[in-house]
Amino acid sequence: MTNPRGRFGDHGGQYIPETLMNAVIELEEAYDRFKDDPEFTAELTELFNEYAGRPSRLYFARKMTEDLGGAKIYLKREDLNHTGSHKINNVLGQALLAKKMGKTRLIAETGAGQHGVATATAAALMGMECVVFMGEEDTKRQALNVYKMRLLGAEVVPVTSGTATLKDAVSETMREWTSRISDTHYCLGSVMGPHPFPTIVRDFQSVISREIKTQMKEKEGRLPDAVIACVGGGSNAMGSFYHFIEDKDVRLIGCEAAGRGIDTFETAATISTGKPGIFHGMKSYFCQDQYGQIAPVYSISAGLDYPGIGPEHAWLHDTGRAEYVPVTDEEAVCAFEYLSKTEGIIPAIESSHALSYAMKLAKEMAKDRIIVVTISGRGDKDCASIARYRGEDINE
Amino acid sequence: MNRTARAFKNGKAFIPFITCGDPDLDTTKKVVLEAVKNGADLIELGIPFSDPTAEGPVIQAANERALKGGVTTDKIFELVRDIRKETDIPMVFMTYANVVYSYGAEAFMSACRDTGMDGLILPDLPFEEKEEFLPVCDKYDIDLISLIAPTSEGRIAMIAREAEGFLYIVSSLGVTGTRSEITTDLDSIIKVVRENTSVPCAIGFGISTPEQAKKMAGISDGAIVGSAIIKLLEKYKNESPEHVGRFVRSMKEALRA
Repeated sequence: MTNPRGRFGDHGGQYIPETLMNAVIELEEAYDRFKDDPEFTAELTELFNEYAGRPSRLYFARKMTEDLGGAKIYLKREDLNHTGSHKINNVLGQALLAKKMGKTRLIAETGAGQHGVATATAAALMGMECVVFMGEEDTKRQALNVYKMRLLGAEVVPVTSGTATLKDAVSETMREWTSRISDTHYCLGSVMGPHPFPTIVRDFQSVISREIKTQMKEKEGRLPDAVIACVGGGSNAMGSFYHFIEDKDVRLIGCEAAGRGIDTFETAATISTGKPGIFHGMKSYFCQDQYGQIAPVYSISAGLDYPGIGPEHAWLHDTGRAEYVPVTDEEAVCAFEYLSKTEGIIPAIESSHALSYAMKLAKEMAKDRIIVVTISGRGDKDCASIARYRGEDINE
Repeated sequence: MNRTARAFKNGKAFIPFITCGDPDLDTTKKVVLEAVKNGADLIELGIPFSDPTAEGPVIQAANERALKGGVTTDKIFELVRDIRKETDIPMVFMTYANVVYSYGAEAFMSACRDTGMDGLILPDLPFEEKEEFLPVCDKYDIDLISLIAPTSEGRIAMIAREAEGFLYIVSSLGVTGTRSEITTDLDSIIKVVRENTSVPCAIGFGISTPEQAKKMAGISDGAIVGSAIIKLLEKYKNESPEHVGRFVRSMKEALRA
């Protein structure tokens, strides 16, 4: 599926400074060497199962299904993973790979803090140094995760440049990588950036769809009719879609953060409002102005607050294999509250975007149809900001 | 001989970098003309980008100031047209791939030729991706200038063999910005460059004093200075042309000595 040098159709590529070229070439060679190595695979599986708590549950949401009165809804519970989100899948893979490459230091960007916490966790486990770059705005929105990262032994660097959010954290981590390469691995958190990152991250996250497939066959004896996941950079969605790409009867639906609406400037819905561009090492779709200046995007969810989308998603969109739909703050907050009250599961505000669309779609589908929604993370981190959204001030 | 090559016929070349529109385009024009008057051999004009990932804090801030002031690619082409009425100094753009891509490569290079630009430096376009723009650059006779970094081991010959205009040798790891010391083994890098091309090479990143410039130009064909000049613009704003002029003269004198 990946063309030479990490192309997905016209998307992808390696648009990075010359200073980093040998580093990504070295990474690609190491990944090619280890990805099918039985010892590496066994070690990673051990970490997934014994440390992260995989496989994650595929839970039949009976009350929700009955309440909506349409298709059966299954929740892929990535929120139950160690550190509370799907991010740990990719991080354990990359940290193990970095260790094999002789790297002693991990650097990472983070938006909501979930990837930063996961990276700090893996670094603690493997005895590596860790520095996490986080937009100053996000350090305020997600103070608890900042504390967790420091508790785990990581240094957290607040990024003040640009809009002081996720995209600036990515830029700053890239800058840091160009200044210190020999002992440092950039543990990129999504299916984005220069090749080979979109492929590596997708492969490590594809455990999600591999498990869904097996679990679905056990529970229902067939494939689902639709798989729905939220998309910022798009790692949990890519992981949820990957093993279904060849199963053309399975609808793949990515839910983008529309913020206050795709007809406003306060949105982060890249497919709905962006156009093709080259940024952060890849060709893909980006929110930008007519001169290619990257737009300051907005979403209530710090994890989806990114002006681009991974190149493989861009390609799945171009080919029509996957659909991408915008979901607003308000819709996501309603879904956040709904799942909490209906199933006793507090989902991450990111995952609530996927949930919201699933609620709409389920009603339109017959009762013998099946939808899988990936709950990419748990919502504890979001309680304070959702309360604030509803006009309630709770002290974190 | 094209104009870019001519920049290196005056002894060691001094190449100042200026972010267009910081603090405004009128000042940019005056700064360019002062730099030319005081001995600059080639001007590197930065088209600001919202997220300049290869830049340190000084040039990042200049990009932000320029964009806040309302500068656009079209206004910069007008500036170039205006500058070209007064000087035939070689000039190259320094910007990011998305600025060119979103403008349309064909439209961008065509405007470069029409307004009188000679070359283009894109720090996020490595050798492996240069086909993205190279055919269009060739069509409009715009030099696509390649960079070589301290970490380019094993890639230097490949890059040098296909170099055009001049080669931009990055002195140190990391982003742009002034440095007290440059420790990269530039001699060995330049030796490989010389074995593979006759295209001149200039060193940039971290150079701020006449002593550093002299040392760097001593082992290459020229010195590129950005952040030190941007600091003058940040400090003196629209009164900076004379300060930049004086700075350029001191640098060029050091290169002649």
